Amino acid sequence: MRRMTITEKILAAHAGVKEVVPGDLINARVDIALGNDITAPIAIHEFKKAGATRVYNRNRVVLVPDHFTPNKDIKSANQCKILKEFAIEHKLTHYYEGGEVGVEHALLPEKGVVAPGDLVIGADSHTCTYGALGAFATGVGSTDLAAVMITGELWFKVPESMKFVFKGKLRKWVSGKDLILHIIGDIGVDGALYKAMEFTGKPIESLSMDSRMAMCNMAIEAGAKSGIIAPDKITKAYVDKRAERPYKFYSSDPNAAYSDVIEYDCSKIEPKVACPHLPENIKNVSEIKNIPIDQVVIGSCTNGRIEDLAVAARVLKGKTVAKHVRLIVIPATPHIYNEAMKKGYFGIFLKAGAVISPPTCGPCLGGHMGILAAGERAVATTNRNFIGRMGDVKSEVYLANPAVAAASAVKGRIAHPDEVVRS
Amino acid sequence: MKFKGKVWKFGADIDTDRIIPARYLNTSDPAELAKHCMEDEDPAFASKVRAGDIIVAEKNFGCGSSREHAPIAIKACGVACVIARSFARIFYRNSFNMGLPILESDEAVDAAGNGDVLEVDMDTGDIHNVTKGLKHKARPVPPFMQELIRAGGLMESIKKSGRVR
Ligand code: SF4
Repeated sequence: MRRMTITEKILAAHAGVKEVVPGDLINARVDIALGNDITAPIAIHEFKKAGATRVYNRNRVVLVPDHFTPNKDIKSANQCKILKEFAIEHKLTHYYEGGEVGVEHALLPEKGVVAPGDLVIGADSHTCTYGALGAFATGVGSTDLAAVMITGELWFKVPESMKFVFKGKLRKWVSGKDLILHIIGDIGVDGALYKAMEFTGKPIESLSMDSRMAMCNMAIEAGAKSGIIAPDKITKAYVDKRAERPYKFYSSDPNAAYSDVIEYDCSKIEPKVACPHLPENIKNVSEIKNIPIDQVVIGSCTNGRIEDLAVAARVLKGKTVAKHVRLIVIPATPHIYNEAMKKGYFGIFLKAGAVISPPTCGPCLGGHMGILAAGERAVATTNRNFIGRMGDVKSEVYLANPAVAAASAVKGRIAHPDEVVRS
Repeated sequence: MKFKGKVWKFGADIDTDRIIPARYLNTSDPAELAKHCMEDEDPAFASKVRAGDIIVAEKNFGCGSSREHAPIAIKACGVACVIARSFARIFYRNSFNMGLPILESDEAVDAAGNGDVLEVDMDTGDIHNVTKGLKHKARPVPPFMQELIRAGGLMESIKKSGRVR
């Protein structure tokens, strides 16, 4: 039999065939279909226009209004109402609002809605995050979501896989975010176009689940269809207490075919910053001299998890944010919010002068809760620094990990965590 | 399907935030979205573009978010088709699903200048640069995608399959 990658195996299993080859067009069963307050209204419109009256499975269609919530204005309130009414009408199990809602890609793994071996589609490009659990997960548009809401299936082109092999030991302050930024800096924003990125190697095997999610989250920023990490002990520990359905671990066959195999030595990877206006404009933090900033955002589906808040708290402990810098901390889910509070991080953040936001996408996409004026500059733990992404077209976003973001808030300019934390 | 229109030329890696900024995503009304199409790249675009015009762009057009609002905004402001060196994956898929014609051709992108008049035949992939008197061929659209277009898009093909309940 053909030797297959983990991605090919999951796709074959969901298409009900023994094997698939990159380039094959398959019709596959979808385990979870996700929409949010931006994309679901169009999908719901298409669903109704097609004359559909039932979703394929009320436990598998997931709606998360997280982008403009708590509702930013009347228009967004109307969008969210469409989701709510649909969720009530179709008795959807997984619909979240108010104090239950969080950023979708942090919420779904945490709630055990997505699991290893799943095929997940989401009308949101960062759906690729769930590859961290060993699932095949990819972003699609609203019409694709509507099609799945009706049929439970969707067509896919089997992607080629690219393998990224990490070696060596992670340096201090380096997290999954830096590894993925390093890759994007190396291969570019279309370096993995249409492909599946597979992350392997010793350092990945010991990487925390939160860091793995940050890595897979940004596969789309290299143009990829998906990112994936083979499930292991760390995955098992994470999903065992969460998964609401039986799950399956897949792994790549030795000698499976890859379009590219790229190796990186972690001992050479420093904390990174993606400079405006593309995630591929990568520099080492230490190379960046004296770039003053106006705002720091710590949050999002990339780095709004507990590990991220923990490292931010470590940097900010006993420090204060520089004068005229706004630090906004956004725990990604209510559970993370509660954990951060119990662990005492909120005290540290508040003392430092931070604003703590309710879980929301908020400023990540320039929605609300921290928009930049013309000429303002932010360091953000988010995933995109496109022109105008966080506000005015003349504003700038630098992407970094939470330690760098926190250190920059203290210094009032882009800073290395070592400048703030003496050890 | 045949189009004839004036070229609006854009660079590489035009992301969906530039096609339609997120600050306008609190609605999905095509007419409303069309008003802001390409706003952060060229604030005058939406008011100057004419029905039937053609967007020509470098590589990786439509990268970034999955928002279908991007092809919707382009279509709603009257653009007949987009020609690029390559498209980001989700944008490519969305365009087919909602019926925005798109073609990939390096030669056509190399040759086309702002304001050139192009004639495009979607069925054959022939691109004729009338201004410069040049003829190009776009990369063929996979047969599966052609069928999807013939069926009238993804939702129509599902309706025809009798799976709507
Ligand atoms: S946090 Fe940002 S990138 Fe993630 S889903 Fe929300 S808007 Fe998209």
